[in-house]
Amino acid sequence: MRLRRFFAVFTARNLEFVRDRSALSWNIVLPVLIVFGFAFAFSTGGQTLFKVGLFEQHKQAPGVERFLQLKHIQFIPVDSIESAVTKVERHQLDMLLDSASGSYWINDQSANGYLLEQLLKGDETQFTRQTVSGEAIRYVDWLIPGVLGMNIMFSSLFGVGYVIVRYRKNGVLKRLKATPLTALEFLSAQVMSRLWLIVTVTSLVYAGTNLLVGFRMYGSYLSLLLVLVIGTFSMICLSLIIAARLSNEETANGLLNMISWPMMMLSGVWFSLEGSPEIIQQSAQIFPLTHMIEAARAIMIDGAGLVDIFPHLLIMLAMSIVFMAIGARSFRWE
Amino acid sequence: MSSILQVDNLVKHFNGVQAVNGVSFSIERGSCFGLLGPNGAGKTTTVEMLEGIITPTRGDVRYKGEPTGVAFRQEAGIMFQETSLQEFIRVGETLELFSRFYPRTRPIDELIERCALGEFLDRDVRRLSGGQRQRLLLAIALINDPQIVFLDEPTTGLDPQARRNFWQLVNDIKQEQKTLVLTTHYMEEAYELCDEIAIMDHGKIIAQGSPRALLKKHFDHSVICLPANEVPESLDQDAQLKLHRINGQVEILSEDINASIQQLIAQKVPLTHLQIRSRTLEDLFLELTGRELRS
Repeated sequence: MRLRRFFAVFTARNLEFVRDRSALSWNIVLPVLIVFGFAFAFSTGGQTLFKVGLFEQHKQAPGVERFLQLKHIQFIPVDSIESAVTKVERHQLDMLLDSASGSYWINDQSANGYLLEQLLKGDETQFTRQTVSGEAIRYVDWLIPGVLGMNIMFSSLFGVGYVIVRYRKNGVLKRLKATPLTALEFLSAQVMSRLWLIVTVTSLVYAGTNLLVGFRMYGSYLSLLLVLVIGTFSMICLSLIIAARLSNEETANGLLNMISWPMMMLSGVWFSLEGSPEIIQQSAQIFPLTHMIEAARAIMIDGAGLVDIFPHLLIMLAMSIVFMAIGARSFRWE
Repeated sequence: MSSILQVDNLVKHFNGVQAVNGVSFSIERGSCFGLLGPNGAGKTTTVEMLEGIITPTRGDVRYKGEPTGVAFRQEAGIMFQETSLQEFIRVGETLELFSRFYPRTRPIDELIERCALGEFLDRDVRRLSGGQRQRLLLAIALINDPQIVFLDEPTTGLDPQARRNFWQLVNDIKQEQKTLVLTTHYMEEAYELCDEIAIMDHGKIIAQGSPRALLKKHFDHSVICLPANEVPESLDQDAQLKLHRINGQVEILSEDINASIQQLIAQKVPLTHLQIRSRTLEDLFLELTGRELRS
């Protein structure tokens, strides 16, 4: 391995990435837009959890007054029982309450309706009330590791896997094969170039959006950086398997989508898998993105230290070694 | 001269198709060796086996008496028929990139001057014209100051002026006593540049030698050309004239020009539009294979 040749390819790949404005802007603009979009959408706070249609709101049967004062319920005046019942049937209203008579309608299949019914009936059982206070974890705080992780995944898979397939198809690899450059030097330069670029771009996107949104961060930035580096490395190594032999961009595109979409859906980018079937949760563990996002969330939201996330780091490193071994071993210039 | 590259019984099969079928030759140090043939003849497959890009199914390629390996890659310069360079990289940066792959290189400034790259050094490689691109690819092939240079159809697609300019560059390389291996469609190019040629068809070499020696060996006559409407059809059956009509022309193959012309005068054939030409490599190829070179 000659460092001179490695750095020549590394530099050329960096230049290509920086000068390809469309690819560069997508790597930066997309996550920023998603983060700001969700920050804005959930910025109003005090969201209502339940919607109750209220008929005859000026008259109140006994016991109704207490129910009407409950928080987090949006009471919507309705003029007609008949049309409001239709809305309950369609889950557009969780409950319809005739406050004069005390009659109410709920949909048997609505969980919200069931909970509202329990609230309306009230329960006089005495419990001891204790309170805690603290900053709420907003959806955007929970989302940021997922969005950045997803962006890293796409950038790794397509930025290395797809690009090498394109190089092979249009003859760039053939030209390089005719030089003393070795496959190890070439692949290492591709991996390190993309790793360095992703870590830089992701850090900038995080820092930039953090200035405006102000993410909750209870852990160490150094630990977060470590998760970023190892997680990104594992996903770039995964892309080497796709890049090893294919010379057809459409096949590569299909395969990369086949890997990236399940990963995006099952690795907890948009929603938590807690409560989902055990088999889904177990399956998600085969994806490096799952470990990266879980480790990042543990650091940011739970303040987890390196020891807590060590299993995730270990799994990502092991995956990297396996992916790289398969990718490097099966690599062909043509 | 001693040989720098020896090729022995080279065979290549692709999924049951025999692309190259037992090719053997040797290339003298400092010479220009041309591989000629129509598309699909096996030229590019043969030359890519010499370059070490394709592994032969059978056969042996030796560079300076040794199997082609690391030393060969250090000393060989290659210009592929179809290749692409990394996008978004400028001409000067591309030269810099390739120069870092080799322990020994020519000064980049000298290559820029020789291949006339100075005017577009800062241009993205995607924005080069055909001629500019070929000159850059030649500069890359020369960057390691190679002892042997492979040029695979280097002037295909270039306009006549760009082609002539490129020939001048190749002649300059020849002056440095470098060995050249050239594949081409163009007979004029082979005649102009090559010291020795091998004509390939169906994966085999069907004729080999210097262009002049080959023409001399196969053709000891010239061609007299006349407009077809000026030659009476009664002469078509003349056994002495060996006449045949092609595309509105009459071609007479003649071993003795004087005798043939006197015979035409005797037959009162007007000679105002008479042309005499020597047989070319194109004629030779047609004669040997019955196919056009560009088919």
